[in-house]
Amino acid sequence: MDWGWIVDNRDLILELLIEHIWLSAIPVVIGLAVALVLGVLAHTYRWAYPPLLVVVGVLYTIPSLALFIVLPVVLGTQILNPLNILIALTIYSGALLVRTVVDGLDAVPPAVRKAAEGLGYKRLTRIVTVELPIAIPVIVAGLRVVTVANISMVSVGALIGIGGLGELFTSGFQIRFVTEIIVGLVLSLLLAVTADLLLVFLQRKTTPWDRLGATA
Amino acid sequence: MIGDVWAYLTAAGSWQGSNGFAVRIFEHLQYVAGALLVAFLIAFPLGLLIGHTNKGVTVAVNAVNASRSLPSLGLLTLVVLFSGLGRAPVLVALTVLAIPPILNATYAGVRGVDKGAVNAARGMGMTEPQVLWQVELPVALPLVWSGIRSATLQTVATATIAAYVALGGLGRYVIDGFAVREFDEMLAGAALVSLLAIVLDLALAFATHVSVSPGLREPRKRRLTSPLKRPAPGNQSTAPAAG
Repeated sequence: MDWGWIVDNRDLILELLIEHIWLSAIPVVIGLAVALVLGVLAHTYRWAYPPLLVVVGVLYTIPSLALFIVLPVVLGTQILNPLNILIALTIYSGALLVRTVVDGLDAVPPAVRKAAEGLGYKRLTRIVTVELPIAIPVIVAGLRVVTVANISMVSVGALIGIGGLGELFTSGFQIRFVTEIIVGLVLSLLLAVTADLLLVFLQRKTTPWDRLGATA
Repeated sequence: MIGDVWAYLTAAGSWQGSNGFAVRIFEHLQYVAGALLVAFLIAFPLGLLIGHTNKGVTVAVNAVNASRSLPSLGLLTLVVLFSGLGRAPVLVALTVLAIPPILNATYAGVRGVDKGAVNAARGMGMTEPQVLWQVELPVALPLVWSGIRSATLQTVATATIAAYVALGGLGRYVIDGFAVREFDEMLAGAALVSLLAIVLDLALAFATHVSVSPGLREPRKRRLTSPLKRPAPGNQSTAPAAG
């Protein structure tokens, strides 16, 4: 390990780390928003779910590097535009989270649904104010998978010029400099662990009623 | 632009020779098949063991989580820098990434088997290996297949990235094309590798359909017998497969 290099390049490393964070975080947020809308729709209009699953499955099957390259053609963006990475990761995040949202809503106990109906909740209000909160643990489980996957996938973008910490892998590889690669790996892993812990914390805060059940 | 790519993809010349599509697809499949085979031989027995005995679950969960957050490009560049250019280091890295999904799905599948069924099998006098092979494995099979499917997707995608540090595979077109800003070539590579992933996924879906016992195909039949208008299927078992 060349510790001197790390000290000398701390500004560059920090800049790449920050780029990495927003490249992986923004898609999770937008992907979740899209997945919530599509998931609630698919949960309500059941016939729409199987075809949606097919589309989502195909999207998820496309390898990330391929999607990074195909998107500029579809969107008309430049290949070096970070938007390509953001949109590609949003597609993956949304594709995975749609299933999670529907699974979460399906797992709401029928008795709860009936009780809400009995109290006079209209369908949409019931889903948003009763069923979605109960589905939070399932949705957060999906969010954790998506976030960690995004953090590791952003690096692939380095192969086409934008990849946050992934740029440490490509430049370290080109000049055969192991320290640079290890710095990238360690920071990437730390970022994933931190994001994961943050989501667990958020879940605890948003579902106080779940804590008794969780510890039992 | 799409027309150009189509012309490039369908030109007979693009398919022949050592940089032709046929050779590159074959190389890609070699990477995928090699890594999957080794990963399966390691992860499947281990998953069965962990699932059946319920021992080592925390170790498995942590290993799976850690490897999920491991950036494949970082792993590839590191492995190649340490062990030199060639196919073997890439195969090692691909295998490392293919193990967790199979391991995770196998032990989760076996653990998730209805305890009533397992105890009934024991009560009928089945030995532990019989319980595992004749009860737990058949019931866990859909999840095992889903693990193999996500491992396959992971390997196809990572084998593309591997072109950056190694030889061959469909990633060649993407990496080499980017180096000289030859977008037709990049797009052709991207299209072929996506197609390959989709075809392999469909093949595995078919294999699942053929090998899984008809008694385990749940959702439709239950609807007929249930008095509720829309019963909750509650099939959360599919969730952990993603990665």
